Amino acid sequence: MIFYISGILLILIGMYAVLTKKNIIKIIIGLSIVDSGINLLLIAIGYVNDGTAPIFSNETLKAVDMVDPVPQALVLTAIVIGLGVTAVALALVIRLYDHHKTLNINKIRKLKW
Amino acid sequence: MIVALTIMVYVLAVILIIAALFAVKQKDLLLAVIGTSAISVVLSIFFYILQAPDVALTEAAIGVALSTIIFVITIKKTERYEE
Amino acid sequence: MRKVLAVFLLGIMGFYLFSSFSEIPFGENRATVGDYYLENTVLQTGSVNTITSIVVSYRGFDTLGEVTVLFLASTGLAAILFDNKGRKRRRQHASLIVRVGAHLIYPLIILLGAYVFIHGHLTPGGGFQGGAIIATGVLLMFMSYRSFEVSHKWLTYLESFAGISFVTIGLSGLIWGESFLQNILPLGVPNELFSAGVIPIIYIAVGIKVGAELTGLLDNLLKTIK
Repeated sequence: MIFYISGILLILIGMYAVLTKKNIIKIIIGLSIVDSGINLLLIAIGYVNDGTAPIFSNETLKAVDMVDPVPQALVLTAIVIGLGVTAVALALVIRLYDHHKTLNINKIRKLKW
Repeated sequence: MIVALTIMVYVLAVILIIAALFAVKQKDLLLAVIGTSAISVVLSIFFYILQAPDVALTEAAIGVALSTIIFVITIKKTERYEE
Repeated sequence: MRKVLAVFLLGIMGFYLFSSFSEIPFGENRATVGDYYLENTVLQTGSVNTITSIVVSYRGFDTLGEVTVLFLASTGLAAILFDNKGRKRRRQHASLIVRVGAHLIYPLIILLGAYVFIHGHLTPGGGFQGGAIIATGVLLMFMSYRSFEVSHKWLTYLESFAGISFVTIGLSGLIWGESFLQNILPLGVPNELFSAGVIPIIYIAVGIKVGAELTGLLDNLLKTIK
């Protein structure tokens, strides 16, 4: 249960940073925190009490005792895609800084809300 | 789960939330990035406790090392302090 | 004002998240699709690591798409940061301790990465993890040596070769078998290195591709516009 709570709190903290901060790098940090929280929630849903990792490394391990492998395969790919998304976003930030010499989204025209 | 492991999980969860709040509240962006790196370390231990060693390995390699260094390079090319 | 609005929105969001997750019991029975994979993975694919068999065999087409997304991210980053003034990496000295340590540890990190993706069907790990470990090893050398360069031509060759071999294995499954990415090699004995048919070959290709892509991404980011 503590895993659910900490995952949801991570999502809320990250969304707070995305909604209130004005610095672009801070917004991207918030997005990556949301990403981590969702990964933790997915893995926690797949856990089975007293389960073992889904690897049949010897004959004594039975399929009944194992945790759910599907969320793990999902999160494995999600982490790698998250890195790609973050890298492209930060490259755009470098280009934006070259043009406007600031990271504050209120000072960059056409990005106000 | 045994008692020692449960206590460790609670302590790690508190560290996780403190690191997330630090990463959001800190005005120095370089320290904020170190906060996200700390989140990744704790998450990696959590994935290991939740019997997901593959995901723990991925998080340790990507979240702790590569993601942090990409942020640090960007901060070095732009500004360090949030006004 | 905006902070109050944000906290209000987050309160609504948190309430619905908590109330929906309190319906899902922690650590109870898993979904039935997971049962199917766990019962059939050793018989059908020969791989003892269930996650590897899902990522490479059952959901192999998704992995092909994911590797394509990573390739597009790497290419897009190079295109965004491109300018024709001739970029060079900023040269900085690292201390002697860092240089000697990096020189000693660099081949071992590459070896660990190769071990992780070659044994992907036996132990935790696989192509994505191994590629990321190799990229961290190259990053260590970038940070410690002034003159360390990777050849972009060779990175492109490696990446294209790995991608083409992935697609070729998939198409050969379509030619000699029934479906895309079908296992056409003998499965062998589980828990041995040469088992599980095409799964280790595909994961080695994925590892080389991910390692080359992440290395190229870091090299493009480290070059400064001066």
